[in-house]
Amino acid sequence: MLMTEEIRKQFPALSGTVYGKPLVYLDNAATSQRPRAVLDCWESLAAGANANIHRAVHYLAGLATDAYEDTRRAVQAFLNAPSPEEIVFTSGATAAVNLLAFSFGEAYVREGDEIVVSVAEHHSNIVPWQLLCQRKKTVLKVLDIHENGDLMVESLENLLSGRTKIVAISHISNVLGLVNPVQKIVSICHEKGIPVLVDGAQGIVHEPVDVQALDCDFYVFSGHKLYAATGTGVLYGKRKWLDALPPYMGGGEMIAHVSFEKTSFAPLPEKFEAGTQNFNAVPTLVPAMAFAKACREDASIQKEQHAILEYVYEQITKNELITLYGTPMGSKIPLFSFAVKGAHHEDLALILDKMGIAVRSGQMCAEPLMDRLGVTGLLRASFGPYNTLAEAEYFIRSLNRAIAMLTGDSSRRSE
Amino acid sequence: MTKFFQNDKVLPGRSEGTKMSNMTLQEKKQQIIDDFSIYEEWLDKYEYLIELGKSLEPFPEEKKTEDRLIKGCQSRVWLDSELRDGLLYFRADSDAIITKGIISLLVSVYSGRPAAEISADDFAFVREIGLKDNLSPTRANGLVSMIERIKEIAAQAANDTVSF
Repeated sequence: MLMTEEIRKQFPALSGTVYGKPLVYLDNAATSQRPRAVLDCWESLAAGANANIHRAVHYLAGLATDAYEDTRRAVQAFLNAPSPEEIVFTSGATAAVNLLAFSFGEAYVREGDEIVVSVAEHHSNIVPWQLLCQRKKTVLKVLDIHENGDLMVESLENLLSGRTKIVAISHISNVLGLVNPVQKIVSICHEKGIPVLVDGAQGIVHEPVDVQALDCDFYVFSGHKLYAATGTGVLYGKRKWLDALPPYMGGGEMIAHVSFEKTSFAPLPEKFEAGTQNFNAVPTLVPAMAFAKACREDASIQKEQHAILEYVYEQITKNELITLYGTPMGSKIPLFSFAVKGAHHEDLALILDKMGIAVRSGQMCAEPLMDRLGVTGLLRASFGPYNTLAEAEYFIRSLNRAIAMLTGDSSRRSE
Repeated sequence: MTKFFQNDKVLPGRSEGTKMSNMTLQEKKQQIIDDFSIYEEWLDKYEYLIELGKSLEPFPEEKKTEDRLIKGCQSRVWLDSELRDGLLYFRADSDAIITKGIISLLVSVYSGRPAAEISADDFAFVREIGLKDNLSPTRANGLVSMIERIKEIAAQAANDTVSF
């Protein structure tokens, strides 16, 4: 069994101090910290196996290529994808959605067609589709949420039409912190023959993902939120789709044959991996996924995570000044976005920062959702497996103190 | 160095009529640097900024228009200016109180000064009191935008005054 205190030691960043206080890192939904195994993997490849992949016959190129392709098989296993060719490496989830919105759009989307997203999407799962809509004169339709933050899945069927070409939806919203019923959404869409993209930027961190069980057509995620190196990401796509899509970018390695008369493209997955890949960083996904899996399967860590979830949820919801967005406890992960009456989210974040606590404030790349909730921004605390209940308690004490400073309620200041 | 304002609790940011209005630009800046120097802890500096923010002269709701808005990622800031008898007067507001405190400092230093004097100023005192270095990056950017806007208005006003 792993203990939270033990796994913390694997993360050099977590022993750091800010303004002379121990760092309490609660901005995990923006990016996670990286364990020693990831940092070591990154460095050892940059130092000892740095050669461009897939091209040369020399020894170092072989090492680098093996590390890269082994990672593809590891991601395939992690997602339970049918084959490694269905795993395309990208620079992150944003790049994966952009790739898909372009290539899928070129192949299947015509003027007057419709794309469906939810109101709770990150900008990265909205703007690429808006660009497609501009290009193709397509209509973007939006699935709403209930007051408690749950997606209005029951309205989805009515939103779909004969012209709906794809539905793009997050596994877990980066603001609401609720696990969406992806399997149900996929089955509703598939009944009408509509493919589904799942934005797994948050989902991959908190949920075991089996793309065959979900039956989603595409699943994308970023490495950097999953303890891996920045600039890494994955697009999983069913082979029947990926085979049918045109390339996104042209360049080296994505071709079979080039001439000025006719150029043909490489098979999957190279067709979508133009140019020099991030080969020093991509293999860090292997130790990162191993860490994520170990945490997920460890009873002790899960117990602490659940204790944090229950404690923070209770403390926040019992405070009459605080409005939490995304409340159903059954699908909640330890990610809390909330507004405080009489205290601006930016002021709270600034004060918490000086107390050593890293939280996010603002619109969190989800401006349409902020508009839907009727707020200009929120404060967000997002916990990771290396956060302790003691940190959660310190966060709540500090939050109450910051609220007291800002609202002028001196009775709380000594807390 | 004069420190009398700390003792008689006159906060910077009050409009004309306080002792500050007779000071030179340099004296005003020094005043604020001195005020800040007594707070060693950052939380105390924030408490002070919060108090300053609360004491800032109310900003008329109808003036919170798009053209007076300085866009930032986090908080919203509105800045209004008026040129009267060759002097430039500022009024400002924010939905975040610490930002409002910082605005209050800027208003107290620059409001009621000749446009040309503001336009020629280097605004270095903001760094001297540690605001730019110690506030969060987005906050510092918001602060930079606010300073840029004040400079723009001053340069424009100085120009108009000369040509007039």
